[in-house]
Order: sequence, then structure tokens, then C-alpha cells
Amino acid sequence: MDFKNNIESILYFTPEILLIIFAASVIILDLFVKNKDSHKVAYLSLVGLVCTLVATLYISSYIADSSLSLFWGMIRLDKFAIFFKILLVLATSATILFSLRSEEIDVGLKGEYYALLLAVTLGMFLMASSTNLLMIFISLETVSLTSYILAGFLTHSPRSSEAAFKYITYGAVASGTMLFGLSLLFGMTGTGNLAEISQQLPEVLAAGEITGLGLLIAITFILAGIGYKIASVPFHMWSPDVYEGAPIPITAFLSVASKAAGFALFLRFFYTGFQAEGILQSVDWSLLLAVVSALTMTIGNLAALPQQNVKRLLAYSSISHGGYLLMGGVLLTPEGLGAILFYLVVYLFMNLGAFFVVVLVANESGSEMIESYRGLSTRAPLVAAAMLIFLFSLTGIPPFAGFFGKWLLFTAVIGKGMYWLALIGLLNSVVSLYYYARIIKAMYFESSDEEESFSFNKSTFALLSVFVIPTIFIGILNILYNYSDKITLQ
Amino acid sequence: MTLQHYLVISAILFSLGIFAVLTRRNAISILMGIELILNSCNLNFVAFSRFVTPPENIDGQIIAIFGIVLAAAEAAVFLAIILAIYREFGSIRPDEVDTLKG
Repeated sequence: MDFKNNIESILYFTPEILLIIFAASVIILDLFVKNKDSHKVAYLSLVGLVCTLVATLYISSYIADSSLSLFWGMIRLDKFAIFFKILLVLATSATILFSLRSEEIDVGLKGEYYALLLAVTLGMFLMASSTNLLMIFISLETVSLTSYILAGFLTHSPRSSEAAFKYITYGAVASGTMLFGLSLLFGMTGTGNLAEISQQLPEVLAAGEITGLGLLIAITFILAGIGYKIASVPFHMWSPDVYEGAPIPITAFLSVASKAAGFALFLRFFYTGFQAEGILQSVDWSLLLAVVSALTMTIGNLAALPQQNVKRLLAYSSISHGGYLLMGGVLLTPEGLGAILFYLVVYLFMNLGAFFVVVLVANESGSEMIESYRGLSTRAPLVAAAMLIFLFSLTGIPPFAGFFGKWLLFTAVIGKGMYWLALIGLLNSVVSLYYYARIIKAMYFESSDEEESFSFNKSTFALLSVFVIPTIFIGILNILYNYSDKITLQ
Repeated sequence: MTLQHYLVISAILFSLGIFAVLTRRNAISILMGIELILNSCNLNFVAFSRFVTPPENIDGQIIAIFGIVLAAAEAAVFLAIILAIYREFGSIRPDEVDTLKG
């Protein structure tokens, strides 16, 4: 395999370098902004993200269909990485726009807030492209450490501090366990490079130097770290508490971007490292993951049923969506991979949209409980209609994009012959309708004590339509153009 | 001293760390448990680097150095969060930090 050396790699590393430059500029600009109510730092970070997006697109046209190994094999630049980079930039931009609307963020700490958001995006970029055990761990820790701080960003709020505390306790143990698993894997193969690991493992397994059980232990330890990032059972305990306590824009960010980056790491790690026939024969990790996926969606959906707090409800719903996504990950087929990537795009729009409505309602009513959604259809008809679309899409009701996403996932699962998993997934979709419908019932069939309508300005509706329109049309477009099959992992 | 000696020691360290995290009723002790876990990983990497990979390959030792750096960063963030918890709740016992549940 030909590696690019450090000097040659810098050109291809431009998006990440831009993120670092803008994160530093945000901190410096913050020192010179006298008026604490001004949004200059937020606009600068948005400019930074746009520059990053342009650089990413430029590089993607430059490398076309080939793929490059940068920094002596530390990170890999291919279509898969570029897909996730674009997805993550979109998610971070949406988070910054939500933060501008949200009234939670402490005005004195804006500079740190936006600089941390850019830093966490950098970590996620690296997560989506790292191909070396060291790089995997460093990128995971970069994302984790910054997320802990962002979750606890509301310094005056006990809920937020508690969320950060629970997040870091679970997170530190999970990543420590993952590092232990990585060290075992390093010991088995004597190399940190994923491609070399994938070549070495079948040889040492065949030679009897290591046993399948040893490899299974290493994989389970590593899954602790990855499973915690994508909030899969049994490493999901932190997520409802963290999602409820963190500021709403950060909750939206964690539930979409952090999960997407976790899936990028998961897919690259298992698809490039452990797909060889010789490994699957001795350790059938895909069956293990299928069980984890079934448990994740079931437990997430059942726990969501009695929730009264919409943020917490969406947290459990996001756990169950992690389960659906994982369903595609166990298949080891190109269809499964395409289905996951398409579902992540759909999930980005519908989940961020739902959280944006939560931000708007929380600003107006000061509460995140389902009661505050009563009579929303008369008080703010357009917002209620948008929420209806997001919730129907999250359930998977046609013609919204969520339906097409789930359809691709289920057909991929059935195509592989795992009927039991598809059946559990379908049953879970039915269960999820119940708790999403509770919000819809509150919005459309119950009346509020307060009659005055919410007032939103035009830019709010513009931002809302950015999420509504893709949620309606992206699924139909995918049928016409089939773009979800075109991204492959190299 | 063979590779097995180091692996046994690091497995013991790892288990002690998990044990401390699960049983201690003080946030600082939990942090110490986490440090034990991370140090057991570093020991593993250095041992593998000495016994498994060829002598000119120092990948394992470099990973261990990064592990130390990340453990320090994690400790700094953890202590800052413990400080925030102490300000809000007047205690750093995890069982008293329980406003979020359900």
C-alpha cells in the first residue's frame, strides 16, 4: 500500500486545518467583541464551516473515485470519509443556527462555546477517516472530551452539570475499556494499521498463536467504546440523562453528529479490519452485533413509552434509531452500507428538525414537557405541521423520508436472510408510533389554557423549511437517482 | 520476566480500576479508578512493544505516551466537572447527584 508522507498529506488535510484555524480565530475574535449580545463569533464559526465544506468538496472532486492514505497510513481519504465530513459540517452548522435561536447559552461564554463546537467537528472528521489504532483512540477522545464540556456548558444549571458528570464517568470508563481492547489487538498483530491487522489476524488465527476467544474478548472491549458513542445497549445508560440535562442545541448535536461519527468509526473499523473470511469463521461478531441491534431498538422504544419530557423522549427514540442503523451494519453487504449511509442523511434532517421545534417551544413556553405542546396547532400552525412531518418521518410513515430510509434498511436485512431481525425492526416501528403520536395528540387534539399565539420571525420559518423540505423529498429523490448505492468504503 | 507477567499485572490493574469505579462512593476515587484502567492499557502497549514487535518498531511505546497525555487531559476535564458538581450540589458523592432520572 502506498502511503503519502507528512508533507504530501498536508494539501489533502486542508478542511481539518481550516477548522483548527477558525477555532483559534473564534477565541481571538471573542477577546475583541465588547458587546456581549453580538453574534459575531457565531457568524465567524459559520464562515469557517462554509470554508471547510468548500475545501472538502474541492478535495473530493480532486481525488474522484480513488482513495489516499495520508500521514503514513494514519488517516484515509475516500468517498466514505468525504460523505461523513459533509454530513458533519451540515450537522454542526445546524447546531450553530439553533444556538443562535436558543436562549440557554450563557452570553459571557460564547467564544468558548463556538470554538469547542469547531474542535469537536475536527475530532469527528478524524473519527470518520482514521485507519490506525492510535488515531482512532485520539479522535474518539477529542470528540468525547469536548462533548463532556459542551454537555455541562450551562454553569448555573444543576441539570447540565449532572449531565456532564454522568457523561464523563460513563465515557471515561468506556474509552478506557476500549483502549484495553485496542492494546490486546495490537499485541495479537504487532501493528496498529487496520489494513495490516486485517491481513495478520487470519494468519495468526490459522497458526494457532491466538484463539478465537481471545479475539472475541478484544472485540467486545473495543465495542464498549464504540457502543457508548452510538449509544447501543448495554452502553446506552448515559444518553437519556445527558440528553435531558445538556443545552438543547448540544442534545441535537450529540444525537445526530456524535452518533454519525460513531457509526463512521464503527463501519470503518469492522468493515476494513474484521471482514476477512478467516476471522468471521472463528469469531462471528456480526451475530453478536445483530443481537445488540435488536436489544437496542427494543429497549430504546419501550423506555420511550412513558416519557413526559420531549427531550428525554427524543433521547430514547434516538437510541432506538441507533438500533435500526446497527441493523444495516451487521450485514457486511454493500446494500447494508448504502442503507446505513442514506438513513443517516434522513435521520440528520428529521431529528435536527424535531429538536429545532423543541428549541422554539422551549423558548416560548420555558418548558420541555409534553403539556407545553398542547394546542400548538392553533398557537403556531406552521411549527406544529413541521413537527408532525418530523414525527411521522421518525416513525417511518410514507411518503416521508424516514419511510424510505427504513425500507432500504429492511430490504437489505431481508436480502441477507435475517428475517427475525427484520421482524423485530418492524414491530419496533409500530411501537414507536405510540409515543410519537402522544406529541401529535397534544399538538392537535388537546387545547391549551393559554390562547395567545407564538410569534416567530421569518428567518425561523426559513430555517425550519431547510429541514422540512428534505424530510419530504429526499426519499423520493433517492428512488429516482439511487445515490445511496454509490458510496463505498475503500 | 516474560510477556505473561506484564499481562497479568495489567489485567489485575484493569480489574482493580473497574472495581473502584463500580464500588467507590466518591467522585475522586472514581477518577482514580479510571486512571488505573488507562495505566493498565499503557502497560499493555509497552509490554507488547518490548516482546511482540521487532525492536526497531516503537509504535507501542508511542501509543503509550499518547495514552498518558490523554489520561492527563481526561483528569483535568473530570476535575473541572467535579468542581461544577460541588458548586451545584454541595457534594461529590455520585448517589446524591440524582435530579435526572426516569
